[in-house]
Amino acid sequence: MTEDAPVVARGVNHWFGAGEVRKQALHDVTLTIPRGSFTALVGPSGSGKTTVLTLVGCLREVQDGSVRLLGHELKGARSDALIALRRRLGFIFQAHNLHESLTAIENVLMGLMVHGRADGPTERAAAAHALTLFGLADRMDYLPANLSGGQKQRVAIARALVGNPDLILADEPTAALDRESGLNVVDVLKRLGQTRGTTTLMVTHDNRILDRADRIVTLEDGRIVADSAPVG
Amino acid sequence: MSRLLSRLFGRLPIGWLQLTHSKTRFASAIAGVAFANVLVFVQLGIMNSMASATLRPYAFFQADIMISAPDANTLTEGGNVARQWLLQALADPEVTAGMGLFIANVTWQRADKALVLTTFGIDPALPGFLDPAIAAKAQVLELQNAGLLDRFTRGLPRDEAAAIRPQTPLTFEVSGDTVTLHDTFAGGGGFGGDGYMMVSDQTFLTLFPARRSAAPDHILLKIAPGADPERVVTRLGALISDKSLRIRTFEAAADEDLTYQQTKRPTGIIFGFGVVIGVLVGLVIVYQVLSTDVADHLREYATFKAMGYPQTFFLGVVLEEALILGVLGFVPGFVVGTTILTVMGRVTTLPLQMTASMAITVFIGTIVFSTLSGAIATRRLAAADPADLF
Ligand SMILES: Nc1ncnc2c1ncn2[C@@H]1O[C@H](COP(=O)(O)OP(=O)(O)OP(=O)(O)O)[C@@H](O)[C@H]1O
Ligand SMILES: [Mg+2]
Repeated sequence: MTEDAPVVARGVNHWFGAGEVRKQALHDVTLTIPRGSFTALVGPSGSGKTTVLTLVGCLREVQDGSVRLLGHELKGARSDALIALRRRLGFIFQAHNLHESLTAIENVLMGLMVHGRADGPTERAAAAHALTLFGLADRMDYLPANLSGGQKQRVAIARALVGNPDLILADEPTAALDRESGLNVVDVLKRLGQTRGTTTLMVTHDNRILDRADRIVTLEDGRIVADSAPVG
Repeated sequence: MSRLLSRLFGRLPIGWLQLTHSKTRFASAIAGVAFANVLVFVQLGIMNSMASATLRPYAFFQADIMISAPDANTLTEGGNVARQWLLQALADPEVTAGMGLFIANVTWQRADKALVLTTFGIDPALPGFLDPAIAAKAQVLELQNAGLLDRFTRGLPRDEAAAIRPQTPLTFEVSGDTVTLHDTFAGGGGFGGDGYMMVSDQTFLTLFPARRSAAPDHILLKIAPGADPERVVTRLGALISDKSLRIRTFEAAADEDLTYQQTKRPTGIIFGFGVVIGVLVGLVIVYQVLSTDVADHLREYATFKAMGYPQTFFLGVVLEEALILGVLGFVPGFVVGTTILTVMGRVTTLPLQMTASMAITVFIGTIVFSTLSGAIATRRLAAADPADLF
């Protein structure tokens, strides 16, 4: 089960700053996330949840320990290898970060074009399908300025999913969503886990989501202090 | 437009969409580039017309070599040359003919205004030294106080110029002497005077009694067909006793005159500087627009970076924007520049005009400098760190 696990972290330590202000954010974090699972990462503010996501997401350099992502060791990896790996991930940020000059469907298309795909009818259809999944069928040609906060976040989620990522990394993605669409997002992610083996690692405090998670990992002061379903 | 660019790039035309997102900002950016273009066009137009004005009088003559005083940077500047060097030069086996050329300004006081005529004293017996069109009319200059007038003289009504013919000559007074204009030739476009006049050397000496026949302003030489003017110049340098003289091919003299006008004369330097300012203005405007645009989209760019877009993608977007600004700014710049040059040319009667080579030069320059600005602006992309997004 752990061989094809998309994320295998071993003894990860991480520090921010240098000299006097140097501060350890992660202590000996060891974590394996199996394929197709939905894992929730919880913990108080400043406990290191976002730091874990940025390390797994190849957005920060691994300083100490080992992180294997989709079979590739991240520690000491070349930056073009990291860029190639990031294309296999789906990021959902707290802020939607949509491009203001692109319509909803064009923003979603950006998630396909990173794979070298052109702006063609097949791609448009895939982007439209992703938007429809999140109830945005009638908002495809809207600019972000004309969408509500929840709608923008759903466009951002569609953008993260349209390229069929192997792993989805999400940091409190449902904060901007109402109850119903928040649950819909979780349902879609779980369904992708079952049908395609898409793995989700999500930071959240939302109890409704925690109820549906396969597993809850708790961080405190940079240490894993609880794991509802330990692996490996 | 968006669809067209999409086809062209094989991706969404993000640069175009981003630039046109704010219409007023886009319009003012285009206007800024256009303004820089206009600035460069006008300065180049003036520089070009200065060049054609400088070279124009050289075209009145046909000579291979010119001997001038050491301080003669232009046709009209500097001291005289002793006629004896003409005789020495003729001793060279390949020098076939020589003529002294006299130059001074004659003021034609008309009822309304004074016209300054740059006047050449030539030997009508040696028409081979003149441009064929002028040579054909040179015989009349054998008459005492006869002149040929530049029919494009500034301030001279065109119909009045057209009326000057051998059958209907026109006369005017110059400090006690009467000059009779028997015919006209095509001069035009002077910066120094209003027009040109050709007279015989005899007439010239009558009009300017202080000048001596033995000391013309320049000496023009013709060489045997097939002879190499450069080699004759070298030989003459050795042959002629006065080593301080400037002995040059006629072509080199014209080139050096032009270089002197453009790099040593204040007017030339000012217009050259104007071109530099125009280029700088364009550079700064494009840089400003693009770097602000990059700064405004750092979060979006950081998101794209996180998604796995490589650095080349962002360079492509910024360069796409630079090219769009360059091309779209050039078009109105060209139109306005052409209009200004045409109107200014009509008002000043200077040969101001838009030329194809100017348009091509400025277009290429605009593209190159826009791209350069864009390339500098991409340095700000480094600030887009996807790790800050969570
Ligand atoms: N870029 C940074 N520079 C310096 N210190 C940082 C940086 N990012 C995080 N930290 C520190 O590392 C520790 C862990 O931060 P992290 O953002 O991972 O916590 P978190 O669990 O995501 O908190 P929150 O729930 O508030 O988002 C905190 O003490 C934080 O101050
Ligand atoms: Mg956080």
